[in-house]
Amino acid sequence: METRIIDRKLDILRDKLLLLGGTTEKALYLSMRSLTERDSDLARKVIKDDKVINKMEVEIDQMSVEILALQQPAAHDLRFVISVAKITPVLERIADHAANIAEAAIVLNNEPEITQYSELPKMAEVAGEMLQTALDAFTSEDSELSRSVIRRDRDIDDAYNRIFDKLIRLMIDNPPLTTGAAHLLFVAKHLERIGDYVKDICELNVYLIEAAFIKHKKKI
Amino acid sequence: MGNKITVKNLNFFYGKDQALFDISLKIPEREVMAFVGPSGCGKSTFLRVLNRMNDTIPYARIEGEVKIDGKDIYKAKTDVVALRRKVGMVFQKSNPFPKSIFDNVAYGIRINRMHSSKKDLAERVEKALKDAALWEEVKDRLPTSAFGLSGGQQQRLCIARALAVQPEVILMDEPASALDPIATQKIEELVVELKKKYTIVIVTHNMQQAARISDRTAFFMLGKLIEVNPTEKMFTNPDDKLTEDYITGRFG
Ligand SMILES: Nc1ncnc2c1ncn2[C@@H]1O[C@H](COP(=O)(O)OP(=O)(O)O)[C@@H](O)[C@H]1O
Ligand SMILES: [Mg+2]
Repeated sequence: METRIIDRKLDILRDKLLLLGGTTEKALYLSMRSLTERDSDLARKVIKDDKVINKMEVEIDQMSVEILALQQPAAHDLRFVISVAKITPVLERIADHAANIAEAAIVLNNEPEITQYSELPKMAEVAGEMLQTALDAFTSEDSELSRSVIRRDRDIDDAYNRIFDKLIRLMIDNPPLTTGAAHLLFVAKHLERIGDYVKDICELNVYLIEAAFIKHKKKI
Repeated sequence: MGNKITVKNLNFFYGKDQALFDISLKIPEREVMAFVGPSGCGKSTFLRVLNRMNDTIPYARIEGEVKIDGKDIYKAKTDVVALRRKVGMVFQKSNPFPKSIFDNVAYGIRINRMHSSKKDLAERVEKALKDAALWEEVKDRLPTSAFGLSGGQQQRLCIARALAVQPEVILMDEPASALDPIATQKIEELVVELKKKYTIVIVTHNMQQAARISDRTAFFMLGKLIEVNPTEKMFTNPDDKLTEDYITGRFG
């Protein structure tokens, strides 16, 4: 079977998406490091690099539209382009949250250090793992793996609720730490949102693989 | 809506060569069904089965059942003339008669003696031309030769000619394959309009055209019906791997 013109285009599109995914994963990882290691220079680098991610988003958008208009994909090809076009802005938003975490890190690095938030890096680790698995599941077109990631989002939500309670108590018991605690709370919220976005990606994976729309469905 | 046409276990032979294999298919009323598939897979043969146009081929033979409105059209007592009036046909190459525009459309009405007066005839011609979205373009030149029309207009004239005898089903064999994009678009709009009143079966090699205008798509290969599904399903998530490969251009 000879390769079709569209195959080359789809390969490039996949590579672009995976590059965006990898860059987003890295942004999340580095933003959390800038927080745990109190490294404001690193935080500023994450914020600056977000522009690169925005540029990648625009490129993928343009290429998706071009393929739709000129190649008129159908069936799996069509679902592939649609999935990529819909996953792209989700990744871009995850990267935005990473940049927001880096901004919070800069504020936190100028505040007295709060040590009682050990669950936050763990939460970030789970979010990062979920993101990585979601992208792997996209590449290998594994809908079971995608569904397992969707189910893990609950762990993130639980962690958020625990951290929320802890930080509120900390603010009440220890007023000088209020600013820091509030910013940690923002970080936790960003991670919680990232979990939701990763879930969106996995739902799009399932659409790609099975042509099934599982978003807003109880039973996945 | 019910099924207009029901085909069961149809086999078709040109002499010793079998062209269609065990085809079962239901065509719902007032919908557009598109037939797609590689050249020579039997689309035209199958289309001609539906109004017994193959009867003219002496070595053709058919097995199975073709029912229209619940009646087997291959029963011995079938009135083939009435059948062809009920199931009209439009071909790839527009084939107007060497007559005036008016006479082309009036032809079927006259031979079937469907009109009660000259005035009635004129009204029927006007209505058919209007339904074929051609009236505005030809109303001032009805007595002139049909060959003075553009390719797209000639094709719509042939559609008007088919509509004039008040068919219920219209079979179209690649009706737009020889037309430019604008004329093609007009035919496509017309097909979508016509399905309000008629059941339409259209053979097309243009996948996007099938996607744009049909409610259901049937995919044929080597004389077999591989898959029939709602067009939206066919083009986003076909059931059969062969369909997927064909509509995504994986084989020619
Ligand atoms: N009049 C005929 N006599 C003998 N064989 C025919 C005749 N018409 C078509 N065929 C054969 O039947 C098969 C189906 O042809 P056809 O129905 O025209 O396919 P399609 O419309 O899908 O291109 C082909 O192998 C073709 O050569
Ligand atoms: Mg043909």
